[in-house]
Amino acid sequence: MEQNTEHKLEIFRGLIKFKSNVQKIWGVLIFLSIVTAIEVALGIIKPEILMSYFLSMKLINWIFIILTLVKAYYITWDFMHMRDEKFGLQVSVVITLLFLMAYAVFIFLVEGNYIYDIMYEGFVSWNF
Amino acid sequence: MSSTISSTQIQSELNTEPKPLDASYGKLMMWFFIVSDALTFTGFLISYGFSRFKNIDSWPIADEVFTHFPGLHGIDAPMYYVALMTFILIFSSVTMVLAVDAGHHNQKDRVAFYMFLTIIGGAVFVGSQAWEWKNFIKGEYGALETRGGMIIQFVDSENNKRLALKDFASYNPEYREQHKSSNGLWFQSESALPNYSLEEVKTGFLADPSIVVRIEKIDEKGHKIILNRDQSIEKVMQGVYVVEGANLIRNEYGNRLFADFFFFITGFHGFHVFSGVIINLIIFINVLLGTYERRGHYEMVEKVGLYWHFVDLVWVFVFTFFYLV
Repeated sequence: MEQNTEHKLEIFRGLIKFKSNVQKIWGVLIFLSIVTAIEVALGIIKPEILMSYFLSMKLINWIFIILTLVKAYYITWDFMHMRDEKFGLQVSVVITLLFLMAYAVFIFLVEGNYIYDIMYEGFVSWNF
Repeated sequence: MSSTISSTQIQSELNTEPKPLDASYGKLMMWFFIVSDALTFTGFLISYGFSRFKNIDSWPIADEVFTHFPGLHGIDAPMYYVALMTFILIFSSVTMVLAVDAGHHNQKDRVAFYMFLTIIGGAVFVGSQAWEWKNFIKGEYGALETRGGMIIQFVDSENNKRLALKDFASYNPEYREQHKSSNGLWFQSESALPNYSLEEVKTGFLADPSIVVRIEKIDEKGHKIILNRDQSIEKVMQGVYVVEGANLIRNEYGNRLFADFFFFITGFHGFHVFSGVIINLIIFINVLLGTYERRGHYEMVEKVGLYWHFVDLVWVFVFTFFYLV
C-alpha cells in the first residue's frame, strides 16, 4: 500500500519551515516546552501587574487559558497530524467541539455565578 | 494458489473503498471516539468550573495544596512536580509521533524503539500521579471541621506559617482505639480515626496563645483570611471533627468538592493514561511480531498515536484548570 508520507512542514503560517517531519516534531516540542515553561514561571512568580481584572477574570488566568489553547492547537495540528487532513475533517472535529464547549462553559459558569450571588446576598447563613 | 484469502488481500480490498474525507475508516472512527471523549472531559471540567464559581470566595488555593517534590522534604515547591509530569507526558507524545513517522517509512526497529519509549513515559506518568495522590490523601497539616462543614486550619500568629496538628495537639491517653471487626463487635467496624482526638486538638490549641486559625474565605488579594485569637477560639470551639488528609467525604484543604473533583478528574485521566499504556503495549508486541510489517503499513500505530496525543491534550487542560488558574 502506498503510504501518504507528505506532510505540511510549515508552522507559524510559514514563518518557520522544517526540512523533514522529524525535524518539525522536535521544533514543535521545543515550542510546547517554552510555552509550558512560561506558564509555570508565571504560576510561581505571579507578577502583581497581571493580578488586575479583565472581563471579571484575572489577567493572569486569561493568559493561562490562551496559552493552553495555543498548546492544544499545536498538539492537534502537528502531533495528531490534523494539519495534513482534509479541511472537512478539521472543521467537523474542531467546530463541533468548540461550539459545544463554548456553550457549556457559558451556561454553567453563569449559573455557578448566579448561585454564588444567591448564597452571598441571601438571608441564610451558610456557615453556622 | 489456495482458496483462503490472505489478510493483505482483504486490506487492499478495504483500501480501494471510497474514503470519506480522505481518511481511512479506522482513523475516522478514532476521531469520532476522541470527539465524544473530549466532551466527557468537558463535562468534568465544566462541573469543576461550576462548583468553583459557586464557591468563588472560598475555593482552596492549589499552590498551597500541591507543594511536594520527591526528595525535598518540608520545602515548599508548588508547581514543580506537576510541571515535571507535564514534560514527561509531552515527551512521551513526541516519541509516539516519532514512532508514527517511522511507521510511514516502514522502519520496524525504529517504530518498536519509539513505542517502547512511549510506554515507559506513560508508565512513569501514571506512577507520578500515584505519588501525587498519596501525598494528597495523606495530607500534611490537618484541620478541624466546624458544625457548618467549613474547614479551619491552624496558623502561627508570629510568622503566619501553617501549623500541623502534631505541632501543638496535647496528648490524652484516654483517646479510644479504632473499632475494627477484630477488636470489637465482629459484624461492625469503622474507618480509620484521625491521629488526634478533638479534645487533644482543642486543649493543645487553648494552651498556646500564639496559635490562630484561618478560614476558607479569601480576601481581595486572594489570601485565606486569618482570624484574631478571640475569633479563633470561638471557631475552634465550634469544631466537631478532626480532618487529616483527604477522602471523598472531607478533606483538610477546604471545600469538600475540591477533593472529589481532584479524585474524579485526575483519576479519570490517569485511567486513560493507563489504558493507553496497555493499548500501546499490545501494538508494541504486534510491531515486534512483525504483524504490521506483513500487513505492509503501520496505520495501527497511527491510530493508537491519535489516542495517546489526545490523552496528552486532556492533561494540558487539567494542568491549567487544576493547578494554574
